[in-house]
Amino acid sequence: MAVRRIGPNQPASFAFTPENEAWAQATIAKYPPGKQASAVIPLLWRAQEQHDNWLPEPAMRVVADMLGMAHIRVYEVATFYTMFQLSPVGKQAHVQVCGTTPCMLRGAEALVEVCRHRIHHDPHHLSEDGNFSWEEVECLGVCANAPMVQIFKDTYEDLTPALFEKVLDGFASGNPVKAGSQIGRQASCPEGGPTTLKDYAKAGK
Amino acid sequence: MALQDKDRIFKNVYGFQDWGLEGARARGAWDGTKALIEKGQDWIITEMKNSGLRGRGGAGFPTGLKWSFMPKSDPRPSYLVINADESEPGSCKDREIMRHDPHLLIEGALLASFAMRAHACYTYVRGEFIREREQLQAAVDQAYAAKLIGKNNIHGWDFDFYIHHGAGAYICGEETALLESLEGKKGQPRLKPPFPANAGLYGAPTTVNNVESIAVVGDILRRGAAWFAGIGKPNNTGTKLFQISGHVEKPCVVEEEMGIPLRELLERHAGGVRGGWDNLLAVIPGGSSMPLLPADICQDLTLDFDTLSKLKSGMGTAAVIVMDKSTDVIAAIRRIAYFYKHESCGQCTPCREGCGWMWRVLQRMERGDAEKREIDLLFDVTKQVEGHTICALGDAAAWPVQGLIRHFRPVMEERIERHQAALKQAAE
Ligand SMILES: Cc1cc2nc3c(=O)[nH]c(=O)nc-3n(C[C@H](O)[C@H](O)[C@H](O)COP(=O)(O)O)c2cc1C
Ligand code: SF4
Ligand code: FES
Repeated sequence: MAVRRIGPNQPASFAFTPENEAWAQATIAKYPPGKQASAVIPLLWRAQEQHDNWLPEPAMRVVADMLGMAHIRVYEVATFYTMFQLSPVGKQAHVQVCGTTPCMLRGAEALVEVCRHRIHHDPHHLSEDGNFSWEEVECLGVCANAPMVQIFKDTYEDLTPALFEKVLDGFASGNPVKAGSQIGRQASCPEGGPTTLKDYAKAGK
Repeated sequence: MALQDKDRIFKNVYGFQDWGLEGARARGAWDGTKALIEKGQDWIITEMKNSGLRGRGGAGFPTGLKWSFMPKSDPRPSYLVINADESEPGSCKDREIMRHDPHLLIEGALLASFAMRAHACYTYVRGEFIREREQLQAAVDQAYAAKLIGKNNIHGWDFDFYIHHGAGAYICGEETALLESLEGKKGQPRLKPPFPANAGLYGAPTTVNNVESIAVVGDILRRGAAWFAGIGKPNNTGTKLFQISGHVEKPCVVEEEMGIPLRELLERHAGGVRGGWDNLLAVIPGGSSMPLLPADICQDLTLDFDTLSKLKSGMGTAAVIVMDKSTDVIAAIRRIAYFYKHESCGQCTPCREGCGWMWRVLQRMERGDAEKREIDLLFDVTKQVEGHTICALGDAAAWPVQGLIRHFRPVMEERIERHQAALKQAAE
């Protein structure tokens, strides 16, 4: 279990944009009548995306009211699931470094050191300029391309500290590098080319 | 003999080709699906049973048998729920299916749902797989547009495919936690019974299957149970996506036959162990919860459910984590213990307290800051967690620690001796 608390500094209110409101209604309709609570994670997630990638407390109440849920039930969900950021994160990048054993075996600890030096000594703190933050997360399901980080929607894979610095430089300058393998591998294909399905690899992209 | 390309199901596992409908059709998906449905529910379930397919989500339960538990006439709707939570450390295969071969999953979902008399399927994708979710949604949109699924589709079985997602919680891969989460709650596992086939999603009959289990259904039915059953070994049939991570030259995901020798898998596809086979220290054969096996056991090891469970380890998700001799094996397991501590949902005391306890003791043992008798105490605590909890996360947390003690006790003892010697020297 991880202890997670709602941050002390909260905005006064939250409202979905009209587009997100419409999206929310369509999402609720994916579940049977009366089962609208099922939409709670997708709606909270959309609220977080709309709000600089962290989830403010007023948004939890808005979502609860939309779904006819008690506020406490939505707080429970927001604090249980670790992708909900309960206080502000870096505006240009919130870096999630995978630290679990398959990544650790290939050098994840060195990536954490880069974060400590470059962003903040401690996770979940903003860098001085407020543009970056980081945390260590558990296996992100990309282990054959370890070590790796996720920044917002994308993963950056097959990293070394130097390649990771380049990824961060890209976010700092507003020119993110291409997501995926940073050594030019195609997905989880063995480096240097496939050992199977060579005819299919030749067929091109 | 290694698996041949013609027998591979995931022909676009690396995404060299078009992931979309046209590409999928060119590779054989959605071919004759209607004829398969016309053969009827019983035929599909019998074929699945005869294929010998065992669930690819970790536990290896026979898929056809599981489907046969669903009620044949029930006033409640039935549901198929696809488990795309993929969070077991080492596992990274369902991601490749969703982003590179999503139509195999959608077609399999239609066939499986039909067999279980379900008109709706929910796929629960782990929250971090955002691009994979987008890709799968794009494929679902294509399938609706082509009337392959949806109301009044060309297959004659109304069927909706919904994509749902989590937000970071390994425990939601456990099937009843997944259902809780899908209902909008914290992902805390349910006590069983009742089993999902009787009371699952929204209290209705539900089957939960892994992405890979469902994505292979179309090929099994098209090519025949005998084809699938003829690959691999008896009771461990078919092809399997292996995920090779850690200290190999070329980590990768690759489809191979069940029962392939470990050494052949690593050397044929992953460039071998870093520094050569003799540099191998240990292997975790099936994802983090499976006890590690030391190099001497690995020499002739084959990767299948039955062989691995005889060795007190397991096939799990076929996520092979390789450690060479440079590894601090205590640290490697300590990090796994931290994972389970972090991911325990907290509702049973042995798991909530035991996971934290095991992690803290391993932290000390990594430094050698412990007494030798504490190794037995640690083993004893793993036994108090194992089998005494609501869900199998407790077992999953206990097993890796047991594996460490079973195979690397001398390393742990030596670490303690070294630490004590250093203390003594400092005191003099
Ligand atoms: C703690 C825990 C985590 C699990 N995580 C996953 C997972 O991420 N994906 C998965 O398919 N099954 C996972 N399982 C297994 C599921 O509970 C279930 O057995 C599986 O989805 C059934 O599908 P199958 O029969 O096709 O293998 C997990 C089980 C436990 C106890
Ligand atoms: S064993 Fe652990 S994860 Fe499973 S229900 Fe109990 S506390 Fe939760
Ligand atoms: S351990 Fe890092 S992605 Fe799996």
